[in-house]
Amino acid sequence: MTMRPPVSDLPLVLEDVTVAVRDVALVRDLSLRIAAGAPTVLIGPNGSGKSTLIRLAMGLIAPTSGRVTWGGRDASDGRRRAVVFQRPVMLRRSAAGNVAYALHAAGCARAERTRRLADILARVGLTHLADRPARRLSGGEQQRVALARALAHDPEVLFLDEPTASLDPASTKAVEDILREVAQTGVKLVMATHDLGQARRLAGEIAFMLRGRVHECTPAERFFTAPATAEAAAFAHGDIVI
Amino acid sequence: MQESSSALALVLGGDPALYAIIRLSLLVSLSATALAAVVGLPLGALLALTRFPGRTAIVVVINAFMGLPPVVVGLAVYLLLSRSGPLGFLGILFTPAAMVVAQGLLVLPIIAALTRQTIEDLWAEYRDELTAMRVPPSGRVATLLWDARFSLTTTLLAGFGRAAAEVGTVMIVGGNIDGFTRTMTTAIALETSKGDLPLAVGLGLFLIAVIVLVNAAVWGVRRASEIRAG
Repeated sequence: MTMRPPVSDLPLVLEDVTVAVRDVALVRDLSLRIAAGAPTVLIGPNGSGKSTLIRLAMGLIAPTSGRVTWGGRDASDGRRRAVVFQRPVMLRRSAAGNVAYALHAAGCARAERTRRLADILARVGLTHLADRPARRLSGGEQQRVALARALAHDPEVLFLDEPTASLDPASTKAVEDILREVAQTGVKLVMATHDLGQARRLAGEIAFMLRGRVHECTPAERFFTAPATAEAAAFAHGDIVI
Repeated sequence: MQESSSALALVLGGDPALYAIIRLSLLVSLSATALAAVVGLPLGALLALTRFPGRTAIVVVINAFMGLPPVVVGLAVYLLLSRSGPLGFLGILFTPAAMVVAQGLLVLPIIAALTRQTIEDLWAEYRDELTAMRVPPSGRVATLLWDARFSLTTTLLAGFGRAAAEVGTVMIVGGNIDGFTRTMTTAIALETSKGDLPLAVGLGLFLIAVIVLVNAAVWGVRRASEIRAG
């Protein structure tokens, strides 16, 4: 493992954040505190602002108003954050080439790279596909390449935007098993999902989002047994909430 | 019919003077394309990735220069390289070197403009991932050029096609000197005006065959590496 820099990006705090594109607010007055610990799972209908929240937290977009801080700082170089997008883009290289690229981008020394590459490929179960062109892999395999690229950054916080949205149950399980293992090594997971079963399986806490806000943020057991708001209760029950 | 049969005889006869002309044509056009690529690929990629005042104007001008008239480029290079011109001291007018420079200038806008478009499209696809991986700007340029390499071979072929097919610049700055700066296109122009149509037609067919061969070779290499890299 590379040495982790001493500063931490946690807790990650969003205060009254609004992001508007041409007068349309993607999130409005959103507040959320993400601290180290068990995975935070973002659930909520399409357009509730889950992806926007992840992009804000990654620092890929700036808030129109409000404040985002990482470990109490207004700016962070982002070296300790990584993301897996819903439809990750595979670079036109082999699976191993994609991960090696991420290792290089993360500043991993050449001498260490071979060992870490093998290590990460084994963690995501891609060793046997290492030399295959990444763009010819199946959706589930590509998602694991994206996960491997994210792990190459040795992140403190790993964001995942519906990583299993278009995967079959077996591929979903493969991804979830890796995520559980990653979480056990102390990496904070922040994952958006539509899959309530997945939220139940992985979440430590649930941030229920509705219309560009965090409607309710509670420990997972409480959310599924005794949610505080009527909308969350309906959503947890499987009703359609808009 | 008579033209094509004597053209065939010419080709099959293996005239050494003919091969010297073909060799020079290929050498000049390939060198010009390489020269234009060295400048045009990074230039196009930079234009694709940067935003600054005046960028749009530069993009429009480069796009327009894809249609530069070869004779005008030839004339400009002639004036630069002529004995009284600012670069006259180089003494390369009427040499293959001058032909490479002139064709390079002709090809540069084609490579820069098509590269910019290709890289801009690929950047739209890669932006989020590369930004999230915090790849610095220089790394982005290199990554995008490398990952667009298969599309960019077509760009280079377009540039080479332009160079191999034109006659205006090489005629003006090369001078069509027999055995020294005579290329296939200048030879065709000369033979046509002399009235030796069979020879002109033979050379024309040969020129087309050479261009097809170069394209086929590049295509083969591209397919092979595409299968490997996906």
